[in-house]
Amino acid sequence: MKELARIVVFAVAVGLLPFVTSSGVVLNLVIMILYAALLGQAWNILAGFGGQFSFGHAVFFGTGAYAAAVLQTGFGWNAWLTLPAALAAGAAVGAFIGALCFRYGLRGSYFALVTLAFAEVFRILANNVPFTGAGVGLMVKLATGAAHFQFADKAGYLYVMLAFVVTGLGLSAWLKHSRYGAWLQAVRDNESSAAALGVNVFRVKLAAIVLSGALTAAAGVFYVQYFQYIDPGLAYGPSVSIEALLGPIVGGLGTVWGPVLGAAALQILGNATRSLFAGTPGVSLMLYGALLVLMIMFLPQGLIGLARPSARAREKDRAATPAAAPSDGSAAAAATRDGPPA
Amino acid sequence: MLELSVLFPSILNGLTTGAVYALIALGLTLVYGVLHIINFAHGAALMIALYGVYYLHERAGIDPYLSLPIMVPAMFAGGYLLYRFVIGKAGHGKDENILLVTLGISIFLENLALALWKSDTRSIETSYTFSTVAIGPAMIAVPKLVACAGALAAAAILLGVVHGTDLGRAIRACARERQGARLVGIDVAHVFAMSFGIGLACLGAAACFLLPAYYVNPQVGNGFVLIAFTIVVLGGMGSFAGALVGGLLIGVVESVCGLWLGESLGQIGIFVIFIAVLLFRPQGLFGAKT
Repeated sequence: MKELARIVVFAVAVGLLPFVTSSGVVLNLVIMILYAALLGQAWNILAGFGGQFSFGHAVFFGTGAYAAAVLQTGFGWNAWLTLPAALAAGAAVGAFIGALCFRYGLRGSYFALVTLAFAEVFRILANNVPFTGAGVGLMVKLATGAAHFQFADKAGYLYVMLAFVVTGLGLSAWLKHSRYGAWLQAVRDNESSAAALGVNVFRVKLAAIVLSGALTAAAGVFYVQYFQYIDPGLAYGPSVSIEALLGPIVGGLGTVWGPVLGAAALQILGNATRSLFAGTPGVSLMLYGALLVLMIMFLPQGLIGLARPSARAREKDRAATPAAAPSDGSAAAAATRDGPPA
Repeated sequence: MLELSVLFPSILNGLTTGAVYALIALGLTLVYGVLHIINFAHGAALMIALYGVYYLHERAGIDPYLSLPIMVPAMFAGGYLLYRFVIGKAGHGKDENILLVTLGISIFLENLALALWKSDTRSIETSYTFSTVAIGPAMIAVPKLVACAGALAAAAILLGVVHGTDLGRAIRACARERQGARLVGIDVAHVFAMSFGIGLACLGAAACFLLPAYYVNPQVGNGFVLIAFTIVVLGGMGSFAGALVGGLLIGVVESVCGLWLGESLGQIGIFVIFIAVLLFRPQGLFGAKT
C-alpha cells in the first residue's frame, strides 16, 4: 500500500510537469529519463529479481522496434495497433531464448554470453534480410496526431512514457510482494534450495524473461515512434543492452525504484557531460563505464543503498533483536510459506 | 558447389587467421581457468594494444614485429595493475560483479579510444604489407603467414611458462584449488594478477602480429571478443589445447562461411556454433564435465 501511494505520487508529480514548464529541453530530458527507466525496469525484472544477468537486452528492444516499424511501413498498421504485436514479439523472443537457456541450465556468465550472442545474431540477420530495410534502416512516415502515436508536442510522448514506467513500477512492486515474486527472488538467492522447496525453477525463470522481453519491446516501440527511424545497429547494437543494465545497477538492483533513480542520475550526468564535452565523442559513455566500475566497487547496493540504513547498522539491529528473521533468507522463507507453484 | 581451387585457399587463409584467434583466446582461457571470471574487457584491451603498435610505428617508426619486446611487457604490466587495483578490489567475491566490472572497463577503454583517437579506421603500411607467397594453388599474404607462425610460437612459449616454471605451477595450483594454494604459501592475489597480466600480454603479442595485415579503430575489439569467447567455449573453458584447436577451427569456419554466405552474413556461422556449443556441450570439446 505504501508502495502504491508512492507510485501514485510519482505519476501525479511527473504528470503535472507539462503544466509547469513547456521547455522542450526539460521535457525531452524527462522523456529520456522515463525511456531509460523503462529499459532498466525491464532488465531489472530478469536480473534484479531473478538473478539472470542478460548482456543482450537489445535483442528484445530491437525486436519490438522492428515489429512496430515493419508493421507500420510494410503493412500500413496503425502505430497503436503495433504496440500489442510488438509486446507479443518481445515476449516470444524472450520465451525462445529463455526456453533454450534455462532448459539447458545456463546461468551466470554463460547466460550473459548467450544473450550477447543472440543480440549479435539478430543484428546480423537484420542487416541481411530485405524486410528490415537491411543496413539502410526503416523510416516511419511522419503522421502527426495522437491517433498515430506521434504527438505535436512533447507532453504527449511524456504521458505515454509515464504510463509505461508506471506499469513497470507496478510490476516491480508486484514482484516485490507477490507469491510469484517471492519464487523468483528465491531462485535468485539460491536456485537449488528454491527447487528443493518445490519452486518450479524453469517456469519461474521463463516467466521472468518473457515479462522482461515484452517490457523491453515496449521501449523499442516508443523509440521508433519518438525518433521515427531504426536501423540494425541502433536496434540490436550493444549500447541499448548497456543502457538497460546500467540504470538498475547505479540505482539499486532488485528494487522497485532503483531503475528510475539510476536512469535519472545517468541521463542528467550524460546530458551534462555531453554539453561540457560537445566536441569529443565518447566522453559521456566513458564516464558510464567508469561509473559502472566505481558503483560496483564502492556502492554495490546502488544509490538506493545510500537511503537505507547501512549493512553495519542492520547488523547491530539484528544483534539487538535475535528473534528477527535474517533478511537475505526472507525470500526463500516467503516462498515456502506460500507453497509450491501449481 | 564450391570448387577445391577456391576452397583450399579459403581454408588456408582461415588457418592463418585462426592462429591469431587462438593466441587471443589463450589469454582469455588462461584468465578464465585461473580466476574463473569471464574477462569482457579482453577485446577492448586488444584494441588498446593495436593502438599501441600503431603509434609505435607512426610516431617512433618501429616495425610492428620489432615492437613485440615493448608491447608484451607493457600489456603485462597494464594487466597486472588493472587486476591488482581494480578488478580484484571490485569483485567482492561475486562472479556477477567481476563480469560487470570488466564490462565497465571495456566500455571505458572503448570510449577513451574514441575520445582520444576518433572513430577513424587506421592501418599501417609496411614494405611487406602486400607481398604474397604461393602455397599450392593459394596465394597467402606474407603478414598473415608471419602472424600464424608468431601466434603459434607465442602459444608454445605460454604453454612452456605454464607447464615448466614455478610461476606456472603456482598458476595451475591456484586454478585447481585456491584455498589449498594459499595454505601451502602461494600468494594467491599475486598469482591472480600475474595470470591476468599474462592474459593481456598474449594480446600485446597478438596485436603486433595482427596490425600489418589488419586495421584498428575503437570498435575493433568487439569483433574479436565474441570470437574469442566462442573459441574458449568451444575448446572448453580453461583448456589450452581446446583454445588452440578451437581457434584454428573457428578461423576456418569463418573463412568458409564468408565464402559461402557472403562477407556480412558469413559471421553468423560463428555465433550459431557459439550458441549451439553453449546449449548442448557447455563443457566444450576438451573440457571436463563438471
